Amino acid sequence: MIISVASGKGGTGKTTVSTNLAASLDRPLKLLDCDVEEPNAHLFIKPEHLVSKIESTFVPVIDEQRCTGCRKCADLCQFNALAVIGDKVLVFPELCHSCEGCRLICPEQAVEEGHRELGTIETGVWKHVSFSYGRLRVGEAMSPPLINRVQSLIEPDDLVIIDAPPGTSCPAINAMKVSDFVLLVTEPTPFGLHDLVLTVEAVRQLSIPCGLVINRADIGNDELYHYARREGLPILLEIPFQRTIAEIYSRGGLLVEQSPEWRTRFCQLFASILQAAAEAEVSQ
Amino acid sequence: MKVAISAKGTDLNSDVDPRFGRAAFLIIVDPETLEFEAVDNSANVSSFKGAGIQAATMVHDRGASVLMTGYCGPKAFQTLQVAGIKVVSDVSGTVMEALERLKSGSVEYLETANAEAHW
Ligand code: SF4
Ligand code: SF4
Repeated sequence: MIISVASGKGGTGKTTVSTNLAASLDRPLKLLDCDVEEPNAHLFIKPEHLVSKIESTFVPVIDEQRCTGCRKCADLCQFNALAVIGDKVLVFPELCHSCEGCRLICPEQAVEEGHRELGTIETGVWKHVSFSYGRLRVGEAMSPPLINRVQSLIEPDDLVIIDAPPGTSCPAINAMKVSDFVLLVTEPTPFGLHDLVLTVEAVRQLSIPCGLVINRADIGNDELYHYARREGLPILLEIPFQRTIAEIYSRGGLLVEQSPEWRTRFCQLFASILQAAAEAEVSQ
Repeated sequence: MKVAISAKGTDLNSDVDPRFGRAAFLIIVDPETLEFEAVDNSANVSSFKGAGIQAATMVHDRGASVLMTGYCGPKAFQTLQVAGIKVVSDVSGTVMEALERLKSGSVEYLETANAEAHW
């Protein structure tokens, strides 16, 4: 079972939900922070030891001795990562998508294996949670390859909670598409609703069942609730705007560790997710 | 010598297109004889990234040794440098006016690429 925690925009409390959900359960699970441009689950789930691994991807390196400047590689490359000027091949590694087509097509075996660093993956254990998070290298333009590396830690039958990047762009879709259920965290404000509508559309395109967590549930207006009812989106948890909650968060604390009541609510959230996922499966 | 000029149209009275990689056309012209050809750059206009690299390769392939355009990004500039093509940026007006400026010698060649922007 893979549950993605997503949101239409950043700062809606997505990490609060993913970390508290992970911490509340009493069974082994994996928590994967795939918000690699701005990971912050590690501020709340704090393993004693983190092992750091650098991830890199293929980019071509041209052996000038062998290269005849035939251009086959540059003509093939869909991403303009190669240019041939005279008999010199220029490589733009930051544009390369690592398809290795240039290497296969080169008649002179002049394309050698080089690397571009994508970022790092930190892994550690906290109580029942195997926790990993990716951090994109500063300057790296593409996050999906690193997100895929983080998700490659998933094994069959794992219970997984993914903290997905916010929004509906390629990285967010990439993080959500492997999941069985998407939990959308939102706020009852006009902005929150606008972003939510787009995210719900994207999740439905992927044919993944979803449900809502409403954060700061007592601010804003009723629009969100009307929308949820119209769309048949179940509201699985509401988190009020409370000073005590904000304080726990700002200290890097977990709601479910401080309050048995909240632990129960997050356990119920998990039960509701299982139920909603099962119902979606039946109706399909 | 040949000059490449990014242009919105296909003749010498066309306006200079401020974009290089995504210019509508690239006009390759001999400033002495005014013989020219207009190369359709539309395949590049729609490319996701690296349009400037493709356009720079094309300019080199057509044998131009100077490029005149509005804006030249870092990757295109790097490619042009390897090709030994000199770049004049911030060019506006018509293609003909740009050529006259070049002939009168009142141009400065770019030392480094224009800052990254989203053309
Ligand atoms: S690996 Fe693929 S994307 Fe990268 S340079 Fe080669 S052909 Fe282009
Ligand atoms: S395909 Fe090989 S030989 Fe041809 S230009 Fe590319 S690297 Fe050089």
